[in-house]
Amino acid sequence: MSKIIFINAFPPPQTLFKVTQLLEAVVTRYSIFSLARNALTGHKNWTEVWRSPDPKPHYDVIIVGGGGHGLATAYYLAKEHGITNVAVIEKGWLGGGNTGRNTTIVRSNYRLEGNAHFYELSLKLWEGMSQDLNYNVMFSQRGVINLAHNDGAIDAAQRRGNAMRFNGIDSQWLTPAEIKQRVPLLDLTGGGRFPVLGGLIQQRGGTARHDAVAWGYARGADALGVDIIQNCEVTGFVFDGERISGVETTRGRIDAGKVGIAVAGHTSKVAEMAGLRLPIESHVLQAMVSEPVKPCLDTVITSGSGHMYISQSDKGELVFGGDLDFYNSYAQRGNFPRLEQVVQNILTLFPAFSRLRLMRSWGGIMDMTMDGSPIISKTPIPNFYINGGWCYGGFKATPGSGYVFAHTIAQDRPHPTNEALSLNRFETGAVLDEVGVGPFPKLH
Amino acid sequence: MFEITCPWCGKRAQMEFTYEGDANVARPDDGDEKAFFDYVYLRDNPNGWHDELWQHTAGCRRFLAVRRHITTHEIAGTAAPGKPLPKVLDTGAMK
Repeated sequence: MSKIIFINAFPPPQTLFKVTQLLEAVVTRYSIFSLARNALTGHKNWTEVWRSPDPKPHYDVIIVGGGGHGLATAYYLAKEHGITNVAVIEKGWLGGGNTGRNTTIVRSNYRLEGNAHFYELSLKLWEGMSQDLNYNVMFSQRGVINLAHNDGAIDAAQRRGNAMRFNGIDSQWLTPAEIKQRVPLLDLTGGGRFPVLGGLIQQRGGTARHDAVAWGYARGADALGVDIIQNCEVTGFVFDGERISGVETTRGRIDAGKVGIAVAGHTSKVAEMAGLRLPIESHVLQAMVSEPVKPCLDTVITSGSGHMYISQSDKGELVFGGDLDFYNSYAQRGNFPRLEQVVQNILTLFPAFSRLRLMRSWGGIMDMTMDGSPIISKTPIPNFYINGGWCYGGFKATPGSGYVFAHTIAQDRPHPTNEALSLNRFETGAVLDEVGVGPFPKLH
Repeated sequence: MFEITCPWCGKRAQMEFTYEGDANVARPDDGDEKAFFDYVYLRDNPNGWHDELWQHTAGCRRFLAVRRHITTHEIAGTAAPGKPLPKVLDTGAMK
Protein backbone atom coordinates (compact mmCIF):
# COMPACT_ATOMS: atom_id res chain seq x y z
CA MET A 1 0.00 0.00 0.00
CA SER A 2 1.36 3.40 -0.91
CA LYS A 3 1.19 6.24 1.54
CA ILE A 4 0.73 9.92 1.04
CA ILE A 5 3.28 11.95 2.94
CA PHE A 6 3.61 15.68 2.61
CA ILE A 7 6.78 17.65 3.10
CA ASN A 8 7.22 21.32 3.79
CA ALA A 9 8.08 23.60 0.91
CA PHE A 10 11.81 24.19 0.48
CA PRO A 11 13.07 21.54 2.88
CA PRO A 12 16.80 21.01 3.37
CA PRO A 13 18.16 19.22 0.24
CA GLN A 14 19.25 16.09 2.10
CA THR A 15 15.72 15.64 3.49
CA LEU A 16 14.22 15.97 0.02
CA PHE A 17 16.60 13.34 -1.30
CA LYS A 18 15.63 10.83 1.38
CA VAL A 19 11.95 11.51 1.04
CA THR A 20 11.87 11.17 -2.74
CA GLN A 21 13.68 7.87 -2.47
CA LEU A 22 11.00 6.54 -0.17
CA LEU A 23 7.87 7.94 -1.74
CA GLU A 24 6.05 7.69 -5.00
CA ALA A 25 5.06 11.30 -4.94
CA VAL A 26 6.05 14.39 -3.10
CA VAL A 27 3.75 17.35 -2.77
CA THR A 28 4.01 20.59 -0.90
CA ARG A 29 2.43 20.30 2.49
CA TYR A 30 0.15 23.24 3.17
CA SER A 31 0.78 24.88 6.51
CA ILE A 32 1.30 28.29 8.06
CA PHE A 33 5.03 27.76 7.46
CA SER A 34 4.74 26.96 3.76
CA LEU A 35 2.41 29.92 3.41
CA ALA A 36 4.91 32.22 5.13
CA ARG A 37 7.83 30.90 3.05
CA ASN A 38 5.93 31.41 -0.19
CA ALA A 39 4.78 34.85 0.88
CA LEU A 40 8.46 35.86 1.08
CA THR A 41 8.93 34.95 -2.59
CA GLY A 42 5.72 36.60 -3.76
CA HIS A 43 3.82 33.31 -4.07
CA LYS A 44 5.66 32.57 -7.32
CA ASN A 45 7.10 29.22 -6.28
CA TRP A 46 4.03 27.18 -5.38
CA THR A 47 4.13 23.86 -7.20
CA GLU A 48 1.18 22.79 -9.34
CA VAL A 49 -1.52 21.12 -7.27
CA TRP A 50 -1.97 18.18 -9.66
CA ARG A 51 -0.36 17.09 -12.90
CA SER A 52 -2.09 17.11 -16.31
CA PRO A 53 -0.66 13.95 -17.87
CA ASP A 54 -1.44 12.48 -21.26
CA PRO A 55 -3.53 9.33 -20.95
CA LYS A 56 -1.58 6.06 -20.78
CA PRO A 57 -2.72 3.21 -23.04
CA HIS A 58 -3.85 1.09 -20.09
CA TYR A 59 -5.06 1.59 -16.53
CA ASP A 60 -6.10 -0.92 -13.88
CA VAL A 61 -9.14 1.24 -13.14
CA ILE A 62 -10.72 4.09 -15.08
CA ILE A 63 -13.17 6.36 -13.29
CA VAL A 64 -15.44 8.31 -15.65
CA GLY A 65 -16.34 11.67 -14.13
CA GLY A 66 -14.04 14.16 -12.39
CA GLY A 67 -16.43 15.53 -9.81
CA GLY A 68 -16.14 15.04 -6.08
CA HIS A 69 -17.39 11.45 -6.21
CA GLY A 70 -15.06 10.31 -9.00
CA LEU A 71 -12.02 12.00 -7.48
CA ALA A 72 -12.81 10.66 -4.00
CA THR A 73 -13.15 7.18 -5.51
CA ALA A 74 -9.73 7.45 -7.14
CA TYR A 75 -8.21 8.75 -3.91
CA TYR A 76 -9.56 5.87 -1.82
CA LEU A 77 -8.67 3.29 -4.50
CA ALA A 78 -5.06 4.39 -4.09
CA LYS A 79 -5.07 5.05 -0.37
CA GLU A 80 -7.18 2.17 0.95
CA HIS A 81 -6.68 -0.49 -1.71
CA GLY A 82 -3.21 0.23 -3.09
CA ILE A 83 -4.52 0.55 -6.66
CA THR A 84 -2.59 3.50 -8.06
CA ASN A 85 -2.65 2.81 -11.81
CA VAL A 86 -5.89 4.77 -12.03
CA ALA A 87 -7.21 7.47 -14.36
CA VAL A 88 -10.05 9.90 -13.73
CA ILE A 89 -11.48 11.00 -17.07
CA GLU A 90 -13.50 14.21 -17.16
CA LYS A 91 -15.17 15.72 -20.21
CA GLY A 92 -15.00 19.28 -18.82
CA TRP A 93 -13.09 20.56 -15.82
CA LEU A 94 -12.85 19.18 -12.29
CA GLY A 95 -15.92 19.85 -10.19
CA GLY A 96 -17.70 21.67 -13.02
CA GLY A 97 -20.91 19.67 -12.69
CA ASN A 98 -22.99 19.22 -9.59
CA THR A 99 -19.96 19.49 -7.28
CA GLY A 100 -19.92 23.17 -8.17
CA ARG A 101 -23.69 23.67 -8.27
CA ASN A 102 -25.03 22.48 -4.93
CA THR A 103 -25.97 24.32 -1.74
CA THR A 104 -23.03 22.72 0.18
CA ILE A 105 -25.14 21.16 2.96
CA VAL A 106 -23.72 18.14 4.80
CA ARG A 107 -25.86 15.97 7.10
CA SER A 108 -26.74 12.35 7.90
CA ASN A 109 -30.28 12.74 9.27
CA TYR A 110 -31.84 9.79 7.47
CA ARG A 111 -34.48 7.41 8.78
CA LEU A 112 -33.92 4.15 6.87
CA GLU A 113 -31.06 1.88 7.90
CA GLY A 114 -29.65 1.48 4.40
CA ASN A 115 -29.29 5.24 4.05
CA ALA A 116 -28.49 6.15 7.67
CA HIS A 117 -25.31 4.10 8.02
CA PHE A 118 -24.05 5.18 4.62
CA TYR A 119 -24.52 8.91 5.22
CA GLU A 120 -23.13 8.58 8.75
CA LEU A 121 -19.96 6.96 7.36
CA SER A 122 -19.77 9.90 5.00
CA LEU A 123 -20.25 12.45 7.79
CA LYS A 124 -17.49 10.82 9.83
CA LEU A 125 -15.17 11.11 6.83
CA TRP A 126 -16.11 14.79 6.51
CA GLU A 127 -15.07 15.31 10.12
CA GLY A 128 -11.49 14.27 9.34
CA MET A 129 -11.27 15.31 5.70
CA SER A 130 -9.29 18.54 5.93
CA GLN A 131 -6.61 16.83 8.05
CA ASP A 132 -6.58 13.67 5.93
CA LEU A 133 -6.17 15.61 2.69
CA ASN A 134 -4.06 18.43 4.15
CA TYR A 135 -6.50 20.67 2.32
CA ASN A 136 -8.95 22.99 4.02
CA VAL A 137 -12.44 22.07 2.83
CA MET A 138 -13.88 24.58 5.33
CA PHE A 139 -16.21 22.00 6.85
CA SER A 140 -18.30 23.87 9.39
CA GLN A 141 -20.49 21.83 11.76
CA ARG A 142 -22.96 24.62 12.27
CA GLY A 143 -25.97 22.31 12.61
CA VAL A 144 -28.85 21.53 10.27
CA ILE A 145 -32.37 22.28 11.54
CA ASN A 146 -35.47 20.77 9.88
CA LEU A 147 -38.48 22.89 10.83
CA ALA A 148 -41.89 21.39 11.54
CA HIS A 149 -44.99 23.45 10.77
CA ASN A 150 -47.82 21.07 11.68
CA ASP A 151 -48.59 18.08 13.89
CA GLY A 152 -47.87 15.55 11.14
CA ALA A 153 -44.47 17.09 10.47
CA ILE A 154 -43.66 17.00 14.22
CA ASP A 155 -44.51 13.28 14.36
CA ALA A 156 -42.46 12.51 11.23
CA ALA A 157 -39.44 14.53 12.39
CA GLN A 158 -39.45 13.06 15.91
CA ARG A 159 -39.81 9.55 14.53
CA ARG A 160 -36.83 10.20 12.27
CA GLY A 161 -34.89 11.73 15.16
CA ASN A 162 -35.52 8.62 17.25
CA ALA A 163 -34.52 6.34 14.36
CA MET A 164 -31.28 8.32 14.03
CA ARG A 165 -30.52 7.89 17.73
CA PHE A 166 -31.15 4.14 17.50
CA ASN A 167 -28.55 4.13 14.73
CA GLY A 168 -26.07 6.05 16.88
CA ILE A 169 -26.48 9.35 15.00
CA ASP A 170 -26.95 12.62 16.87
CA SER A 171 -30.31 14.34 16.77
CA GLN A 172 -32.17 16.66 19.08
CA TRP A 173 -35.65 18.18 19.19
CA LEU A 174 -35.78 21.94 19.54
CA THR A 175 -38.74 23.95 20.82
CA PRO A 176 -39.78 27.11 18.96
CA ALA A 177 -38.14 29.23 21.69
CA GLU A 178 -34.85 27.33 21.32
CA ILE A 179 -34.98 27.79 17.56
CA LYS A 180 -35.69 31.51 17.92
CA GLN A 181 -32.68 31.83 20.22
CA ARG A 182 -30.42 30.26 17.57
CA VAL A 183 -32.03 31.94 14.56
CA PRO A 184 -33.24 35.40 15.58
CA LEU A 185 -34.27 36.42 12.05
CA LEU A 186 -36.69 33.50 11.69
CA ASP A 187 -40.36 34.52 11.84
CA LEU A 188 -41.91 31.88 14.12
CA THR A 189 -45.40 32.68 12.84
CA GLY A 190 -44.31 31.68 9.32
CA GLY A 191 -46.50 34.45 7.93
CA GLY A 192 -49.44 32.87 9.74
CA ARG A 193 -49.57 30.01 7.27
CA PHE A 194 -46.44 28.05 8.32
CA PRO A 195 -45.99 28.51 12.09
CA VAL A 196 -42.78 27.02 13.44
CA LEU A 197 -43.86 24.39 15.99
CA GLY A 198 -40.41 22.91 16.57
CA GLY A 199 -37.49 21.48 14.71
CA LEU A 200 -35.10 18.56 14.53
CA ILE A 201 -31.44 19.52 14.67
CA GLN A 202 -28.43 17.48 13.71
CA GLN A 203 -25.66 19.51 15.32
CA ARG A 204 -22.86 17.61 13.54
CA GLY A 205 -24.30 18.60 10.16
CA GLY A 206 -23.31 21.82 8.45
CA THR A 207 -21.71 23.13 5.29
CA ALA A 208 -18.41 22.83 3.42
CA ARG A 209 -16.61 24.59 0.60
CA HIS A 210 -17.79 22.63 -2.43
CA ASP A 211 -14.94 23.31 -4.88
CA ALA A 212 -12.34 22.58 -2.22
CA VAL A 213 -13.66 19.04 -1.86
CA ALA A 214 -13.00 18.29 -5.53
CA TRP A 215 -9.62 20.04 -5.49
CA GLY A 216 -8.55 18.39 -2.24
CA TYR A 217 -9.38 14.91 -3.47
CA ALA A 218 -7.76 15.66 -6.84
CA ARG A 219 -4.56 16.76 -5.12
CA GLY A 220 -4.58 13.74 -2.81
CA ALA A 221 -5.26 11.27 -5.63
CA ASP A 222 -2.65 12.83 -7.90
CA ALA A 223 -0.04 12.61 -5.15
CA LEU A 224 -0.71 8.89 -4.93
CA GLY A 225 -0.14 8.42 -8.66
CA VAL A 226 -3.64 8.81 -10.11
CA ASP A 227 -3.76 10.43 -13.56
CA ILE A 228 -6.40 13.16 -13.80
CA ILE A 229 -7.33 13.77 -17.43
CA GLN A 230 -9.56 16.76 -18.08
CA ASN A 231 -11.23 17.87 -21.33
CA CYS A 232 -11.50 14.23 -22.40
CA GLU A 233 -14.99 12.92 -23.05
CA VAL A 234 -15.87 9.24 -22.96
CA THR A 235 -17.75 8.48 -26.18
CA GLY A 236 -18.20 4.72 -25.83
CA PHE A 237 -17.12 1.56 -24.09
CA VAL A 238 -14.89 -1.20 -25.43
CA PHE A 239 -16.11 -4.74 -24.85
CA ASP A 240 -14.16 -7.97 -24.72
CA GLY A 241 -16.98 -10.47 -25.01
CA GLU A 242 -19.41 -9.63 -22.19
CA ARG A 243 -16.95 -7.68 -20.10
CA ILE A 244 -15.90 -4.08 -20.48
CA SER A 245 -12.21 -3.71 -21.30
CA GLY A 246 -11.79 -0.01 -21.96
CA VAL A 247 -13.25 3.29 -23.02
CA GLU A 248 -13.32 5.22 -26.27
CA THR A 249 -12.61 8.89 -25.67
CA THR A 250 -12.10 12.09 -27.61
CA ARG A 251 -8.39 11.46 -27.00
CA GLY A 252 -8.48 7.90 -28.29
CA ARG A 253 -9.03 4.46 -26.85
CA ILE A 254 -7.84 3.69 -23.32
CA ASP A 255 -7.83 0.10 -22.04
CA ALA A 256 -8.91 -0.63 -18.51
CA GLY A 257 -9.13 -3.58 -16.16
CA LYS A 258 -12.23 -2.08 -14.57
CA VAL A 259 -14.42 0.95 -15.30
CA GLY A 260 -16.52 2.89 -12.79
CA ILE A 261 -18.79 5.77 -13.70
CA ALA A 262 -19.53 8.69 -11.34
CA VAL A 263 -21.38 11.07 -13.66
CA ALA A 264 -24.58 11.83 -11.74
CA GLY A 265 -26.98 13.92 -13.78
CA HIS A 266 -25.96 12.01 -16.90
CA THR A 267 -25.76 8.46 -15.56
CA SER A 268 -28.53 7.29 -17.92
CA LYS A 269 -26.65 8.63 -20.95
CA VAL A 270 -23.28 7.10 -20.04
CA ALA A 271 -24.81 3.78 -18.96
CA GLU A 272 -26.74 3.67 -22.23
CA MET A 273 -23.40 3.52 -24.06
CA ALA A 274 -22.77 0.30 -22.14
CA GLY A 275 -26.23 -0.99 -23.03
CA LEU A 276 -27.88 -0.47 -19.63
CA ARG A 277 -31.30 1.07 -19.03
CA LEU A 278 -31.65 2.53 -15.53
CA PRO A 279 -34.39 3.40 -13.01
CA ILE A 280 -33.46 7.07 -13.30
CA GLU A 281 -34.96 10.29 -14.70
CA SER A 282 -32.90 13.46 -15.09
CA HIS A 283 -34.38 16.65 -13.60
CA VAL A 284 -33.08 20.17 -13.15
CA LEU A 285 -32.65 21.55 -9.64
CA GLN A 286 -32.06 25.26 -9.15
CA ALA A 287 -30.08 27.04 -6.49
CA MET A 288 -29.37 30.71 -5.95
CA VAL A 289 -27.44 33.20 -3.84
CA SER A 290 -28.22 36.67 -2.57
CA GLU A 291 -25.77 39.52 -2.47
CA PRO A 292 -23.29 39.15 0.40
CA VAL A 293 -24.28 40.58 3.78
CA LYS A 294 -22.81 40.54 7.28
CA PRO A 295 -23.16 37.31 9.30
CA CYS A 296 -26.85 36.81 10.11
CA LEU A 297 -27.50 33.06 9.87
CA ASP A 298 -25.01 30.70 11.51
CA THR A 299 -26.81 27.41 10.95
CA VAL A 300 -28.64 25.62 8.14
CA ILE A 301 -32.44 25.99 8.12
CA THR A 302 -34.66 23.66 6.09
CA SER A 303 -38.40 23.39 5.81
CA GLY A 304 -40.28 20.54 4.20
CA SER A 305 -43.68 22.21 4.05
CA GLY A 306 -42.86 24.48 1.16
CA HIS A 307 -39.48 22.81 0.64
CA MET A 308 -36.56 25.16 1.06
CA TYR A 309 -33.08 25.09 2.57
CA ILE A 310 -30.89 28.08 3.36
CA SER A 311 -27.50 28.83 4.84
CA GLN A 312 -25.00 31.67 4.70
CA SER A 313 -21.67 31.21 2.97
CA ASP A 314 -18.38 32.42 4.41
CA LYS A 315 -18.48 35.20 1.82
CA GLY A 316 -21.79 36.37 3.31
CA GLU A 317 -24.13 35.31 0.53
CA LEU A 318 -27.34 33.55 1.49
CA VAL A 319 -27.34 30.25 -0.41
CA PHE A 320 -30.70 28.60 -0.93
CA GLY A 321 -32.81 26.27 -3.00
CA GLY A 322 -35.99 24.23 -3.03
CA ASP A 323 -37.77 21.80 -5.32
CA LEU A 324 -36.93 20.48 -8.75
CA ASP A 325 -38.60 22.15 -11.72
CA PHE A 326 -40.64 18.92 -11.78
CA TYR A 327 -40.22 17.84 -15.40
CA ASN A 328 -37.39 15.91 -17.11
CA SER A 329 -34.58 18.24 -18.14
CA TYR A 330 -30.96 18.10 -19.21
CA ALA A 331 -30.76 21.90 -19.40
CA GLN A 332 -28.45 23.20 -16.71
CA ARG A 333 -30.76 26.13 -16.10
CA GLY A 334 -34.22 26.37 -14.62
CA ASN A 335 -37.39 28.36 -15.06
CA PHE A 336 -38.71 31.40 -13.22
CA PRO A 337 -41.86 29.93 -11.63
CA ARG A 338 -39.76 27.63 -9.45
CA LEU A 339 -37.29 30.38 -8.62
CA GLU A 340 -40.18 32.58 -7.53
CA GLN A 341 -41.68 29.80 -5.41
CA VAL A 342 -38.37 29.11 -3.64
CA VAL A 343 -37.94 32.82 -2.89
CA GLN A 344 -41.51 32.97 -1.55
CA ASN A 345 -40.73 30.05 0.77
CA ILE A 346 -37.63 31.80 2.08
CA LEU A 347 -39.41 35.13 2.63
CA THR A 348 -42.32 33.46 4.42
CA LEU A 349 -39.90 32.35 7.13
CA PHE A 350 -37.31 35.15 6.83
CA PRO A 351 -39.21 38.36 5.98
CA ALA A 352 -36.04 40.33 6.75
CA PHE A 353 -34.41 38.97 3.60
CA SER A 354 -36.98 40.59 1.31
CA ARG A 355 -34.76 43.61 0.64
CA LEU A 356 -31.79 41.54 -0.50
CA ARG A 357 -31.00 41.36 -4.19
CA LEU A 358 -30.66 37.97 -5.81
CA MET A 359 -27.16 37.81 -7.23
CA ARG A 360 -27.06 34.54 -9.18
CA SER A 361 -29.19 31.51 -9.89
CA TRP A 362 -28.23 28.35 -11.71
CA GLY A 363 -29.33 24.79 -12.34
CA GLY A 364 -27.80 21.35 -12.10
CA ILE A 365 -29.05 18.04 -13.43
CA MET A 366 -30.13 15.49 -10.83
CA ASP A 367 -30.26 11.76 -11.36
CA MET A 368 -33.67 11.17 -9.77
CA THR A 369 -34.05 7.50 -8.93
CA MET A 370 -37.31 5.62 -8.57
CA ASP A 371 -36.96 5.42 -4.76
CA GLY A 372 -35.05 8.62 -4.02
CA SER A 373 -31.90 6.81 -2.85
CA PRO A 374 -28.56 6.55 -4.63
CA ILE A 375 -27.02 3.63 -6.51
CA ILE A 376 -23.45 2.49 -5.75
CA SER A 377 -23.25 -0.92 -7.26
CA LYS A 378 -21.90 -3.63 -9.45
CA THR A 379 -23.84 -4.00 -12.69
CA PRO A 380 -24.88 -6.96 -14.85
CA ILE A 381 -21.77 -6.17 -16.95
CA PRO A 382 -18.53 -7.63 -15.53
CA ASN A 383 -15.89 -5.00 -14.60
CA PHE A 384 -18.43 -2.18 -14.91
CA TYR A 385 -19.57 -0.27 -11.82
CA ILE A 386 -22.10 2.51 -11.30
CA ASN A 387 -22.13 5.37 -8.83
CA GLY A 388 -25.11 7.66 -9.42
CA GLY A 389 -28.74 8.38 -8.68
CA TRP A 390 -27.86 11.08 -6.15
CA CYS A 391 -31.19 12.90 -6.38
CA TYR A 392 -31.01 16.13 -4.31
CA GLY A 393 -28.24 14.91 -2.06
CA GLY A 394 -24.94 14.03 -3.70
CA PHE A 395 -22.66 16.63 -2.15
CA LYS A 396 -22.87 15.47 1.46
CA ALA A 397 -22.24 11.90 0.30
CA THR A 398 -19.00 12.71 -1.53
CA PRO A 399 -16.45 11.11 0.85
CA GLY A 400 -18.59 8.09 1.81
CA SER A 401 -19.53 7.55 -1.81
CA GLY A 402 -15.90 7.51 -2.91
CA TYR A 403 -14.92 5.28 -0.01
CA VAL A 404 -17.48 2.53 -0.65
CA PHE A 405 -17.34 2.83 -4.45
CA ALA A 406 -13.56 2.30 -4.29
CA HIS A 407 -14.21 -0.79 -2.14
CA THR A 408 -16.87 -2.06 -4.56
CA ILE A 409 -14.50 -1.70 -7.52
CA ALA A 410 -11.38 -3.01 -5.79
CA GLN A 411 -13.03 -6.03 -4.16
CA ASP A 412 -15.71 -6.62 -6.82
CA ARG A 413 -18.28 -6.70 -4.02
CA PRO A 414 -20.05 -3.95 -2.09
CA HIS A 415 -18.79 -2.56 1.19
CA PRO A 416 -21.28 -3.51 3.98
CA THR A 417 -22.37 0.14 3.97
CA ASN A 418 -23.53 0.17 0.34
CA GLU A 419 -25.05 -3.31 0.11
CA ALA A 420 -28.51 -1.71 0.36
CA LEU A 421 -27.70 0.77 -2.44
CA SER A 422 -27.49 -1.93 -5.12
CA LEU A 423 -28.79 -1.48 -8.64
CA ASN A 424 -30.88 -4.65 -8.41
CA ARG A 425 -32.91 -3.50 -5.39
CA PHE A 426 -35.66 -2.28 -7.72
CA GLU A 427 -36.00 -5.75 -9.19
CA THR A 428 -35.95 -7.52 -5.82
CA GLY A 429 -38.32 -5.03 -4.19
CA ALA A 430 -35.82 -3.90 -1.51
CA VAL A 431 -36.24 -0.24 -2.41
CA LEU A 432 -35.08 2.52 -0.04
CA ASP A 433 -37.97 4.97 -0.25
CA GLU A 434 -37.20 7.47 2.51
CA VAL A 435 -40.42 9.47 2.05
CA GLY A 436 -42.65 6.65 0.82
CA VAL A 437 -44.03 8.13 -2.38
CA GLY A 438 -43.37 5.24 -4.76
CA PRO A 439 -41.70 5.07 -8.19
CA PHE A 440 -42.22 8.74 -9.13
CA PRO A 441 -38.74 10.27 -9.39
CA LYS A 442 -39.79 13.93 -9.28
CA LEU A 443 -41.51 13.44 -5.91
CA HIS A 444 -38.43 12.20 -4.04
CA MET B 1 -40.99 29.41 -18.59
CA PHE B 2 -42.37 27.70 -21.63
CA GLU B 3 -45.92 27.42 -22.94
CA ILE B 4 -47.85 24.25 -23.69
CA THR B 5 -50.74 24.07 -26.12
CA CYS B 6 -53.56 22.10 -24.52
CA PRO B 7 -55.51 20.32 -27.30
CA TRP B 8 -58.72 21.54 -25.66
CA CYS B 9 -57.84 24.93 -24.12
CA GLY B 10 -55.12 26.31 -26.39
CA LYS B 11 -51.76 27.82 -25.45
CA ARG B 12 -51.25 28.18 -21.70
CA ALA B 13 -48.34 28.76 -19.31
CA GLN B 14 -46.45 25.65 -18.26
CA MET B 15 -47.33 26.45 -14.64
CA GLU B 16 -50.90 25.32 -15.32
CA PHE B 17 -49.71 21.81 -16.15
CA THR B 18 -48.36 18.91 -14.11
CA TYR B 19 -45.72 16.62 -15.54
CA GLU B 20 -46.72 12.94 -15.50
CA GLY B 21 -43.71 11.24 -17.10
CA ASP B 22 -42.74 9.18 -20.13
CA ALA B 23 -45.73 8.65 -22.45
CA ASN B 24 -44.24 5.59 -24.11
CA VAL B 25 -44.24 3.22 -21.15
CA ALA B 26 -47.20 0.87 -21.41
CA ARG B 27 -48.61 -1.39 -18.74
CA PRO B 28 -47.98 -5.01 -19.81
CA ASP B 29 -51.07 -7.07 -20.57
CA ASP B 30 -49.84 -10.33 -19.09
CA GLY B 31 -48.33 -10.88 -15.65
CA ASP B 32 -44.75 -11.19 -16.84
CA GLU B 33 -42.59 -10.03 -13.92
CA LYS B 34 -39.71 -8.74 -16.04
CA ALA B 35 -42.06 -6.71 -18.24
CA PHE B 36 -43.67 -5.19 -15.14
CA PHE B 37 -40.27 -4.30 -13.69
CA ASP B 38 -39.42 -2.51 -16.94
CA TYR B 39 -42.76 -0.69 -16.94
CA VAL B 40 -42.57 0.48 -13.33
CA TYR B 41 -38.89 1.33 -13.01
CA LEU B 42 -36.86 1.59 -16.22
CA ARG B 43 -36.83 4.71 -18.39
CA ASP B 44 -34.98 5.71 -21.59
CA ASN B 45 -34.39 9.17 -20.08
CA PRO B 46 -33.12 10.64 -23.38
CA ASN B 47 -31.56 14.10 -23.65
CA GLY B 48 -33.19 14.72 -27.01
CA TRP B 49 -36.85 14.50 -28.04
CA HIS B 50 -39.15 12.92 -25.48
CA ASP B 51 -42.82 11.99 -25.60
CA GLU B 52 -44.42 12.68 -22.26
CA LEU B 53 -47.74 12.98 -20.51
CA TRP B 54 -48.82 16.19 -18.83
CA GLN B 55 -52.08 16.99 -17.05
CA HIS B 56 -53.74 20.39 -17.42
CA THR B 57 -54.29 20.52 -13.65
CA ALA B 58 -55.10 24.23 -13.43
CA GLY B 59 -57.31 24.09 -16.51
CA CYS B 60 -59.50 21.39 -18.00
CA ARG B 61 -57.71 18.68 -15.94
CA ARG B 62 -57.38 16.43 -18.99
CA PHE B 63 -54.22 14.50 -19.82
CA LEU B 64 -52.29 15.35 -22.98
CA ALA B 65 -49.24 14.03 -24.78
CA VAL B 66 -46.36 16.42 -25.47
CA ARG B 67 -43.32 15.91 -27.72
CA ARG B 68 -40.66 18.07 -26.02
CA HIS B 69 -36.91 18.42 -26.39
CA ILE B 70 -35.41 17.68 -23.00
CA THR B 71 -32.42 20.00 -23.36
CA THR B 72 -33.91 22.99 -25.23
CA HIS B 73 -37.53 22.60 -23.96
CA GLU B 74 -38.71 23.19 -27.54
CA ILE B 75 -42.13 21.63 -28.03
CA ALA B 76 -42.79 19.98 -31.41
CA GLY B 77 -46.48 19.51 -30.72
CA THR B 78 -49.17 18.21 -28.42
CA ALA B 79 -52.06 15.79 -28.84
CA ALA B 80 -54.65 13.86 -26.92
CA PRO B 81 -52.98 10.83 -25.29
CA GLY B 82 -52.55 8.02 -27.80
CA LYS B 83 -53.03 10.29 -30.81
CA PRO B 84 -50.08 10.84 -33.17
CA LEU B 85 -47.59 13.59 -32.34
CA PRO B 86 -45.80 15.65 -35.01
CA LYS B 87 -42.70 14.08 -36.50
CA VAL B 88 -39.36 15.69 -35.63
CA LEU B 89 -36.26 15.58 -37.78
CA ASP B 90 -33.68 15.47 -35.00
CA THR B 91 -34.49 12.37 -33.00
CA GLY B 92 -30.91 11.91 -31.86
CA ALA B 93 -29.51 12.98 -28.53
CA MET B 94 -27.87 16.37 -28.21
CA LYS B 95 -24.24 16.66 -27.34
